Amino acid sequence: MTLPLFFFYVFSIIAVASALMVIAARNPVHSVLFLILTFVNGAGLFMLSGAEFLALILIVVYVGAVMVLFLFVTMMLDVDFASLRTGMLQYAPIGVVIGLILLAELLLVGGSFVLTPQLTASAVVPITEGVDNTRALGQLLYTRYVFLFMGAAAVLLVAMIGAIVLTLRHKTGVKRQDVFKQSNRKRSDAVEVVKVKSGQGL
Amino acid sequence: MDFIAAAANYLLGAPILGLGTEVGFVWKALLLLVGLLIFTAYILLADRKIWAAVQVRRGPNVVGPFGLLQSFADLLKFVFKEPSIPASADKVVFLLAPLVTSILALSAYAVIPIDAGWALANINLGVLYIFAISSLGVYGIIMGGWASNSKYAFLGALRSAAQMVSYEVSIGLVIITVLLCVGSLNLQDVVFAQQSGGIADMLGVPWLTILNWYWLPLFPMFVIFFISALAETNRPPFDLPEAESELVAGYMVEYASTPYLLFMLGEYIAIILMCAMTTILFLGGWTSPIDVVPFTWVPGAIWFILKLCLVFFMFAMVKAFVPRYRYDQLMRIGWKVFLPISLVMVIVVAAILQLTGWGWHGGAV
Repeated sequence: MTLPLFFFYVFSIIAVASALMVIAARNPVHSVLFLILTFVNGAGLFMLSGAEFLALILIVVYVGAVMVLFLFVTMMLDVDFASLRTGMLQYAPIGVVIGLILLAELLLVGGSFVLTPQLTASAVVPITEGVDNTRALGQLLYTRYVFLFMGAAAVLLVAMIGAIVLTLRHKTGVKRQDVFKQSNRKRSDAVEVVKVKSGQGL
Repeated sequence: MDFIAAAANYLLGAPILGLGTEVGFVWKALLLLVGLLIFTAYILLADRKIWAAVQVRRGPNVVGPFGLLQSFADLLKFVFKEPSIPASADKVVFLLAPLVTSILALSAYAVIPIDAGWALANINLGVLYIFAISSLGVYGIIMGGWASNSKYAFLGALRSAAQMVSYEVSIGLVIITVLLCVGSLNLQDVVFAQQSGGIADMLGVPWLTILNWYWLPLFPMFVIFFISALAETNRPPFDLPEAESELVAGYMVEYASTPYLLFMLGEYIAIILMCAMTTILFLGGWTSPIDVVPFTWVPGAIWFILKLCLVFFMFAMVKAFVPRYRYDQLMRIGWKVFLPISLVMVIVVAAILQLTGWGWHGGAV
């Protein structure tokens, strides 16, 4: 057994076990934490197969950003754990049936799935020696697949604008601070010196 | 089981009995760890001393000469105190949180090059690795805040999560501009790129290497990186997650003794990491500022530590005299000021590099 193989088993056993714990854990926050552990181990597996860039991007994007928001939301949920526990057994058979159907389908599809030798021989872009995979990915994404790349970016942008449009509400009658206005305020706008004759007032 | 032998050989080497020349991985890591922890102890003391000096106080001056042993006394005090776990806390997550913070902060140092070739792991994706590790740092805080089952702690954790995620974006974009100039994600290449071919060479004074460093051509990014680093490490004036006046101590409010110590340690180690990153990205790493004889005799590691201390001095001064920001202003700066500026700068720098052919070509394929 070599060292990479040893680490492969460590990462994959922890990944599978924590994936199981994601659905088995009673507390939803624990589930999310186990999901994070699964991602980290997945990144370890990517690293072992030589895809360092993908591994680190998986950690930066999924673990560092997406899962933080996920954890955020889950922590704010007000879940009654007792009622969850009573419902668990009731729904278990349905879950088991769905799981079995999925497993059977995966086995049927996966068992007959063969990568034809012609396809592997005619790989779209050959892997060049001596180029690390960050550079290789960059060269591919920004030249050959630049339109697909920009298409994906446009889809994300539209999704972002959609989310903002759905959640942004302009409340009227609320006092707001405008920093630009505040900084531009001068003494002459705010203070007025008035000569008042004694005994008369304003 | 030859893999155990292989692992032992790789990790331990044969340094004790002098059997091999290659020093094992574990020993180097141990040396780095111990050195770093002692350095952290003195950085902590320096922070308190500078803060005290600004306020015309003496600061810690009782333990040891000039209070030099204060941090070690604090360490003993924390370790021998009784840890307390709130009854309603989630015990496992509660104790895991400080560990996550401190271990993640320490593990980032594996790729920091203190001198040419002095990195524990000289990997090609060093910058990305640091970025990934520092983006994980938020978990310790969220986990601690949630597991404490206290409103103050939870509010602190929520603030911190939003703050760190926001400022990571601008830090990422600043790093991208530097990487555009370097053309490599290796931290050593980032330093090599700053040693020649910069503004000093264009002015015809190649011995004045201080002008070659990226702080000068990328000055706006340097400022943005410095301020974002303050926010990312929850330093004052952005220490809202632990704002004493409103949240008592934020996410750390339920912690005592060693778990608290680990939180503090993790925080300071993350701060030193940010200083080291500033040194590498903008201040030329281990390069001496002037390429003339008496300066070049000084070992690179000394220059690196001196620059790191200079950046930390700025951190400490900011802590001492800038008042705390309000939360909405913090978010406004992050999203409405830094993000647009850094995004535009990425495009401008990329355009300039493309049109003029400047930038470093030493490591390019």
